[in-house]
Amino acid sequence: MQTVTASSTPVRTRVRWGNLLNVVSRFGALSFLTALCIVFAILEPAFLSTVNIFNVLRQVSIYGLLAVGMTFVILTGGIDLSVGSLLALSGLVCAAVEKGGTGLLSVTAGEAKGYGLLTAVVAAIVVGLAGGMLQGLGVSRLGVPPFIVTLGGMSAFRGAALLFSQGQPISGFREAYRFWGQGMIGPVPVPVIFFLVFAAIAHIVLRYTKYGRHIYAVGGNREAARLSGLNIKWLVLSVYVISGFFAGLSGFLLSSRLNSAEQVAGIGYELTVIAGVVIGGTSLTRGGEGSIFGTVIGVLLIGVLSNGLTLLNVSSYFQQVIIGLIIVFAVFFDQLAKSARR
Amino acid sequence: MDDNVLLRMENVSKAFPGVQALARVSLEARAGEILGLVGENGAGKSTLMKILSGAYPMDSGQIYLQGQPITIKDPHHALQLGISVIYQEFNLMPNLTVMENIFVGRYPGDSIFVDYRQLFRQTEELLSRLGVSLPPTAIVRDLSVAEQQMVEIAKALSMQVRVIIMDEPTSALSGAEVQVLFNIMRELKRQGIAVIFISHRLQEVLTICDHIMVLRDGRNVGMLTAAEATEDKLVSMMVGRSRDEFFHKEHRKSRVKARPGAPQLSAVRQNDVILEVRGLTRRGSKFDPSAIVVKDVSFDLRRGEILGLAGLVGAGRTETVRLIVGADKRDAGEIYIDGVPVDINSPLDAIRHGIGYVPEDRKEQGLILNQALHFNISLPSLARLTRFGFVGQAQERQSVQQFVTQLQIRTPSLDQIVWNLSGGNQQKVVIAKWLMLRPKILIMDEPTRGIDVGAKAEIYALMDELARSGVSIIMVSSELPELLAMSDRIVCMAEGRVTAILDVSEATPEIVMRYCTVQHETLHVEAVQSNG
Repeated sequence: MQTVTASSTPVRTRVRWGNLLNVVSRFGALSFLTALCIVFAILEPAFLSTVNIFNVLRQVSIYGLLAVGMTFVILTGGIDLSVGSLLALSGLVCAAVEKGGTGLLSVTAGEAKGYGLLTAVVAAIVVGLAGGMLQGLGVSRLGVPPFIVTLGGMSAFRGAALLFSQGQPISGFREAYRFWGQGMIGPVPVPVIFFLVFAAIAHIVLRYTKYGRHIYAVGGNREAARLSGLNIKWLVLSVYVISGFFAGLSGFLLSSRLNSAEQVAGIGYELTVIAGVVIGGTSLTRGGEGSIFGTVIGVLLIGVLSNGLTLLNVSSYFQQVIIGLIIVFAVFFDQLAKSARR
Repeated sequence: MDDNVLLRMENVSKAFPGVQALARVSLEARAGEILGLVGENGAGKSTLMKILSGAYPMDSGQIYLQGQPITIKDPHHALQLGISVIYQEFNLMPNLTVMENIFVGRYPGDSIFVDYRQLFRQTEELLSRLGVSLPPTAIVRDLSVAEQQMVEIAKALSMQVRVIIMDEPTSALSGAEVQVLFNIMRELKRQGIAVIFISHRLQEVLTICDHIMVLRDGRNVGMLTAAEATEDKLVSMMVGRSRDEFFHKEHRKSRVKARPGAPQLSAVRQNDVILEVRGLTRRGSKFDPSAIVVKDVSFDLRRGEILGLAGLVGAGRTETVRLIVGADKRDAGEIYIDGVPVDINSPLDAIRHGIGYVPEDRKEQGLILNQALHFNISLPSLARLTRFGFVGQAQERQSVQQFVTQLQIRTPSLDQIVWNLSGGNQQKVVIAKWLMLRPKILIMDEPTRGIDVGAKAEIYALMDELARSGVSIIMVSSELPELLAMSDRIVCMAEGRVTAILDVSEATPEIVMRYCTVQHETLHVEAVQSNG
């Protein structure tokens, strides 16, 4: 009798733990974000002001755009370390086209000698797409691991940015250019609109289209996907192109927001972006698991944490320590929940 | 009791979930003798070997070494006891030299430096004892498969082993290399070692072994001395099981059967032939291009026919069908569908030509395990369900539901993650996924492996229904009863070649097994014949 009781108790506890973990894993990042917001709101009422909320959103919008692209890459089981460098390169190209060449440094704002805003934005995006395509070809055609290809890209694009700009920033844009990074539509900063719109589009693509299904299939089991007639090489190539697109767009938006395109822009962004994606529940180790919704939450979580801690006068050094711990624990909980479910 | 008995296994049993792999198997290996171990796929040879090597614990039974009861804890312990297994896949470090590989972990010298001179001498001496001339300083990667095998054997010998078990050691060797291996085995005999030789090649077993033991369905069938054994005797012992558990052949009679032996490459192609395969060839990996995995395979598939592909492990059946569906690149050969040559270079090409492929390993190749049932079933058919890039979810669910009902897939909902389904239901998901494409040709590789009896019967019934509705099926199977009951014709393969194409009316387990164990030297004539 006694043995029966002794053995049944731990089983029951494990089941309950499993259920709890299930809930935590499915809504883990979201519930943590909510809890964090409540705590910050109590400790510092200014946190909940409209200005501050949009401030947080504006801060995360560039990371967020990059993270949307990164989600595609990570879903296929890859990674893109080059986004920060590609952002810097495309930002510089964008600025140079806008201003009519790299020689015209620090021209006063308001002059329109360049090739126009639209051309500039297109140029930035083309640079991003081309950079992404090169890396995608490296991964899909040459079969070099994504980590290595994009590590190379990270260095090469940064170097290209330095070569292109001769080490000098290009700054001082006219109003029409600055609007896209600094402006507001109503109370909403423009980059935030970009972030939310593209997140919504990406969500729809991944959730409701054939292409989205294929992305999950490639990440979930590449061999089964291939035998099901999916064009793996093309699909893998495409996600790096998508990531490149967002790097190009972000290059433009960041240069606009800072009123300056610099070769040092976006250094270290790749890590924050990957952190956001991972905290949002997209698995780095098992492809084909994750969502754009999770990524948005993950990126917001990082933004809220750093904003709230700043409001509470916690040093930015310490913030980095906390974010590091959260990445590890987010993945730990994710794994725990997955193993409980199986 | 026989003093010579070095290793004795008594009543050894081992069960895996759903399978009794070994049931009270006993075995005796004598010092200075070679014991042959033969049996069909799944007869329990590998399990027996893994128990001896310490890779699996046994459920019950006893093992004695020189009369002393022993318990083999793990592979390392097996080696300490003096039992070594030479696997088909070698455990060598390809970038190190022969001598480093042989004495790895036991280098002469002090605790810091290796005494290479001493190592060289020891290796030379060891190799000459085996009658092998290999430079001790050669890099293993540069050696041929046969030479690498010699290194493995030398390594075992260097550890003072008394029992050496060889798993299909000749399968990758040429005729001359086999003779060299046999000389080494005879040398091992002379040194008083007990050798256990596992092989599909009955002629070789008859040539080299002193005793031959036959396993079937995890049981001892008998032990013969080399003198009393013949190929026929062995084959009938290997297959002689009670004919058939759960199916009857009557239902097949209603199906119109195609006649065999029709001229295969006539100017006017027979219009009931849907798929023709001619001279399909694939060479081995880039590391070993000399090995040919699929050699000049030709056969026809007729409309509404179930064509069985029989063969033992390594016969090249899976490799052949993978060439047909474009999963691997072929080095030579043509494929015709409805008499028209087609170029299939990827699974997508195969799908476009109406070929579906249920792969051998559903978890590794068939399913996206972390996705829902509907996701998996509709994956190859999405193009049909998509409008402007968007998947028509209602239409998708409706189609999927239809197959879930037809195949009686037991699942709480279409959103169930396939990971959570039973093996049989997972297999049905893989089949449903291909049926939804409405294929003309369905290739099923081991469609009933690892699933329960009920699900098996359902899959058989489904295959029958499909064939009757005009779908042509190629079934690869390692289960002879299944092949004999389901197929209209059976293609027998051995060592990458077609050895015979039999009509089911002329096929018996003995005949099929006979053709699956022939060596290529002897079947030259038949191969020529089957090529017409």
